[in-house]
Amino acid sequence: MKFKVNGHEVFASTGGRPFDKNKPLIIFVHGSGLTHMTWVLQTRYFAFHGYSVLALDMPGHGLSSGYSLKSIEDMADWVSNVIDAVGYKEASLVGHSQGCLVTIECTSRYPNKIKTLSLMGGAGAIPMNPELLALAENNDPKAVDLMMDWAHGPAGHFGGHPVPGLYHINTGGMLAKSRTIKDTLGVDFRACDNYKNGFEAAKKIKIPTLSILATDDKMCPVKEGKKLADLIKGSKVDIIDNCGHMMLLEEADRVLKVLKNFIIINYPAKNI
Amino acid sequence: MSDKKIPSPKTYKFDTLSLHAGYQPHKNAGSRQVPIYQTTSYLFDDVDHAAALFNLERGGHIYSRISNPTVGVLEERVASLEGGTAALATSSGMSAIFLAVMTLCEAGDHLVVSSQLYGGTVNLFRLTLPKFGIKCTFVKPRDTKGFKKAIQKNTKGIFGELVGNPGNEIMNMPEIAKIAHEAGIPLMVDATYQTPYLCKPFEHGADIVIHSLTKWMAGHGSSMAGILVEGGKFDWMQNDKFPTMTKPYEGYHGLSFAEEFGPTAFTMKARAEGMRDFGPCLSPQNAWNVLQGIETLSVRMKKHCSNAEEMVKYLLGHESVAWVSHPSVPDHPDHELAKQLLPNGRGSMIAFGIKGGKDAGVEFINNVKLASHLANVGDTRTLVIHPASGTHSQMDEATLKFAGLSHDMIRLSVGIEDIDDIKNDFEIGFRAARKPRLVSNQ
Repeated sequence: MKFKVNGHEVFASTGGRPFDKNKPLIIFVHGSGLTHMTWVLQTRYFAFHGYSVLALDMPGHGLSSGYSLKSIEDMADWVSNVIDAVGYKEASLVGHSQGCLVTIECTSRYPNKIKTLSLMGGAGAIPMNPELLALAENNDPKAVDLMMDWAHGPAGHFGGHPVPGLYHINTGGMLAKSRTIKDTLGVDFRACDNYKNGFEAAKKIKIPTLSILATDDKMCPVKEGKKLADLIKGSKVDIIDNCGHMMLLEEADRVLKVLKNFIIINYPAKNI
Repeated sequence: MSDKKIPSPKTYKFDTLSLHAGYQPHKNAGSRQVPIYQTTSYLFDDVDHAAALFNLERGGHIYSRISNPTVGVLEERVASLEGGTAALATSSGMSAIFLAVMTLCEAGDHLVVSSQLYGGTVNLFRLTLPKFGIKCTFVKPRDTKGFKKAIQKNTKGIFGELVGNPGNEIMNMPEIAKIAHEAGIPLMVDATYQTPYLCKPFEHGADIVIHSLTKWMAGHGSSMAGILVEGGKFDWMQNDKFPTMTKPYEGYHGLSFAEEFGPTAFTMKARAEGMRDFGPCLSPQNAWNVLQGIETLSVRMKKHCSNAEEMVKYLLGHESVAWVSHPSVPDHPDHELAKQLLPNGRGSMIAFGIKGGKDAGVEFINNVKLASHLANVGDTRTLVIHPASGTHSQMDEATLKFAGLSHDMIRLSVGIEDIDDIKNDFEIGFRAARKPRLVSNQ
């Protein structure tokens, strides 16, 4: 569906079901340079099981208009504005990679608005390799190719997509190349590199939090994810073997099962 | 991410993908070879799991008409080799073309189609699709401007064989892709003759690639199969031409394929709607047979191409041959374009004219011993046919002429036998072909 935030049109997938303000809201925040489509194997389940879902295209990404936001802090405020814009007072947040930085910051800034936090491939900081950052800022498609290489674990490089016929790496690459690389991935990478408040923000989080990490994640390794999770009181951690950073596609069913169990308990919908 | 010097991406390359893509042994009891899932259907964990699969909430298999794990490996493997986002395998190349058209078009729509196609494809576009209310305008493959002129308000796509069957005319794919994209419609290319080893059409602007996998991809003349592959770049939401891709679809609770699946929307719709409603599914055994062929694709294609180039030289110098058409021949009208589009080899299909016309052609075909006379191409074995009396025999005189066919044309699919044995066999055929003419001259 489309709606406006700060004067710009925003696109969000509602998981294939009509958006219903009477149901609890789950917001999904994608990673650097990507779009709402990375969440398709999680969002549709919740949309069909008692929740209203918004898998966002961040400003300037996917089908959303406007320009990419230049800092994680701005993105965090923007996610809070999304909740207001769709007429809700609260929501549950799910983030992947850069989306984890955004949702951590958002939760720390708006503690009464956010009811649960789920982090996938998250870390307290995501410093960028300067050469990769330069490639993305120079609009070089090699930045996307490298990201897809590193974001998939050894098993994921062979394929084996849960949806028959889809090939992980090329699909992810096409999502990241769907808009101008320097205006999406380049801006996002710079925002990640500049963001230093992750660990401090995490210390302020008091809501139920889940971290899903993967043993073959080169971009946000398990030890970095655990370091972050240790700062969040009562945080739950689930580690997926033989899987890389794109866990939401590489091990979509496992991710959905863990996420489902966590959200249903901590943010129940009436109709389940 | 650390501050170390950046290497190049280490995603697997063509020959490795040919052997491994789409399959993880540790998820299949450690079986090194891809298992043949010879089953019609798949157990649901519970009612919720069943509903999730039917609603496309989760990936997985329901019924082998829609998807099958063995077929799924083949689909991912071909998608990876083509550089595509997704693929959907079908029971034959023709069913892949039909499925692509029916996914794209509705009654009242129009397609612009290259005139030089396999005879069966010509009949599909000329005679069968109009019965579904889908009309087509044929344009000669070298008439690039003609493709632009033929586009109408209701045109939903351009279709052609990259190298036309059987005359070896090459579509200027980059230019025709530009024309299609300026009109906001996709370019669909049948690249059966090339395989992704010789050409990756997505790199030249194609949006949907179709293969008859029966041919070089499977390669051994054992199994029928087809596939459509999606490039993932085409923006279905750029205009209002494709409402069945962009608007809520009643068949899946108001799902918009383009919004939900973006770069894989076409394949998702083709599977969810087309395989459900038409059902041209590929058998797992045939999928496995094709996978065996793909494992050696690059090895075979190198030999096919080197043998073809030898045969071109042999035919060009032969007294019984009136003309030879192959993109490697310097005076072939598309020689330069072929260098650009087919850098790894110009393919193993040769068309040549035999002196003595139709009668000589019949004698040649009837007398070769090693070359097989049959209606197929892309076998490991050398194949020959006389199109005017075989593959294109259902065409009338005018259609034959428009398709660039002549009565003296022999279509040759060069196999990977020893090149000397192929040449020796052709000598037998040519000697026999010369006999009737000598008799009539006496």
